[in-house]
Amino acid sequence: MSEPIVRFQEVSKSYDGRSLVVAGLDLDVVAGEFLTLLGPSGSGKTTTLMMLAGFELPTSGTIRLDGRDITALPPHRRGIGVVFQNYALFPHMTVAENVAYPLRVRNVPAAETAARVAKALGLVRLAAFGDRRPAQLSGGQQQRVALARALIFEPPLILLDEPLGALDKQLREDMQMELKQIHEALGVTMIYVTHDQSEALTMSDRVAVFNDGRIQQLASAYELYERPVNPFVARFVGENNQLAGEVVACEGDTARIRLGGGVTILANAVDRLSPGDAADVSLRPERIRLAHGDGEARDNLVAGAVDKLVYLGESTRLFVSTPGGPTIVAKVQNEEAALDVARGRPVQLAFRAADARAFRVERPA
Amino acid sequence: MAARSIRTRGERVGRLAVLAFTGLVLVFLVAPVFVVVPLSFTDSEILVFPLPGWSLRWYEDFFTNPLWTGALYNSFAIGLSVTVLATVLGTTAALGLHASRFRLKPVALGLLMAPLAVPVVIVAVAMFYFFARIGLLGTFPGMVLAHTVLALPFVVVTVLATLQGFDPTVVRAAASLGASPLFGFRTVTLPIIAPGVVSGALFAFVTSFDELVVTIFIASPRQRTLPRQIFSGVSENLSPTVTAAAVVLIVVCMSLMIAVELLRRRSARLQGKAQ
Repeated sequence: MSEPIVRFQEVSKSYDGRSLVVAGLDLDVVAGEFLTLLGPSGSGKTTTLMMLAGFELPTSGTIRLDGRDITALPPHRRGIGVVFQNYALFPHMTVAENVAYPLRVRNVPAAETAARVAKALGLVRLAAFGDRRPAQLSGGQQQRVALARALIFEPPLILLDEPLGALDKQLREDMQMELKQIHEALGVTMIYVTHDQSEALTMSDRVAVFNDGRIQQLASAYELYERPVNPFVARFVGENNQLAGEVVACEGDTARIRLGGGVTILANAVDRLSPGDAADVSLRPERIRLAHGDGEARDNLVAGAVDKLVYLGESTRLFVSTPGGPTIVAKVQNEEAALDVARGRPVQLAFRAADARAFRVERPA
Repeated sequence: MAARSIRTRGERVGRLAVLAFTGLVLVFLVAPVFVVVPLSFTDSEILVFPLPGWSLRWYEDFFTNPLWTGALYNSFAIGLSVTVLATVLGTTAALGLHASRFRLKPVALGLLMAPLAVPVVIVAVAMFYFFARIGLLGTFPGMVLAHTVLALPFVVVTVLATLQGFDPTVVRAAASLGASPLFGFRTVTLPIIAPGVVSGALFAFVTSFDELVVTIFIASPRQRTLPRQIFSGVSENLSPTVTAAAVVLIVVCMSLMIAVELLRRRSARLQGKAQ
């Protein structure tokens, strides 16, 4: 792995001197990658970004940019581009003046400025909008201006703080594609903060999931979705059944777990489990099939009755209650014929042990 | 025009009564001021209606008599100095108060506003004794400082009001783009809050320009300002030049207040669009 462009070492931040917003953060950002900081509000992801931008001073620890300690360097001397959620365009300047601002700060000659502004506006497909005022543009256009303004001075690193949060869904998806293209075209490192997990999964090379001021997991989108390392990540990324149970037996990385009532399943032990341990099993609804008694080999078959059906178009969500056990949500693709289930009907849920991930948890007795 | 709603007969009568009453109040407030306007154009030595004839002789006297031109010059010199001082101090105070969250903020704001709440004559007496002790009584700097204290609240209030609609992330954006705090202030913050700063400056000028009470207490006999000259002109010898001076004072103050209102509208428009 090449030298990281950004390195957080033991960085902590506290506003009141007691509770930590960011707690002992260690994080290396690889040059050229698209890294997303994902987490619920208050998880420390935005504070982390603001410390990197220089707007917040860490309570302890160091932040390095290209090997240089920038922990206490004021923001205007860091040379990092920042795109804010509310765009933060200068309302009294035209679009072109906004985009030219970083060059004006750096005393770039007028002719060169004009050429670079035209190029930057072209990159975000706003070449014809240079003379407009920010207030005359739509939200999506304003955010593209903000992006052009952050890119024009060619910073090696761009920070984006929920930049698409204020846009509607369609526009957001278009902008995601556009951002991704710009990232690939320029090879610039981007650090992106969002609370939207689907946005994180579709755009990122790596995702750092934040909760309680700590990184819960730092991995590719695939890893995060397929192999969450703890119940929080499993719950936060994608949809999940979170089933509480007790370990009956454990052999290698397969555990037998009783979920209450007569329901016992085979699950993949993520942590070391021993009989008697309390465990949470997370199981994605779309990994559950309805068994039709066709003799297919399945690790788990759970009998239950359909409580409720929610039709979603491409799929149907079934809420299946098991006798004495938990209610399990299954998401079944609507293929060819209509699904042959109705409320109250008994069904058999089938899923692989590898898709049921068991975590050890501490449960008060 | 807004669409008219349907009214009952009683409501229409009530509405007319309100309009009539409002009109009377306005007349009561403004009429005395405007009585001096025709009087200033009289060609007579005594102030009587109907005017015996029209003339500009009192304006000529006002602009040539050294007693009046000296007062006019003093008022402008003090007013402009007050404007600069109060605007710089008031704007920085408002920026600081807006940005910080310290516990004594209401106290600091209250102290800045105090000259508005305390009776002027008390302020004047306090300043008289204070300035006498430190040797500022009857001096130009003393007059400027005294009027600045009175003008400061207006600047703080107008700039604070403008800052309510000011998005502080633009300052962060400027910093992230490489602007030093000073460059960012000059190119981003100041242009955006300029309407508030300019209104505050105009208020400050008007406050000083028509101030009388504090001036009577602390000015030296030779330090004549326009309001003070008018005051002594009325009490000593009622020359119609006083009315000409009053009209000049009214015109200056009114045009400045109209400018403030235009600025306020412009600022509201700019901020309304930016949202």
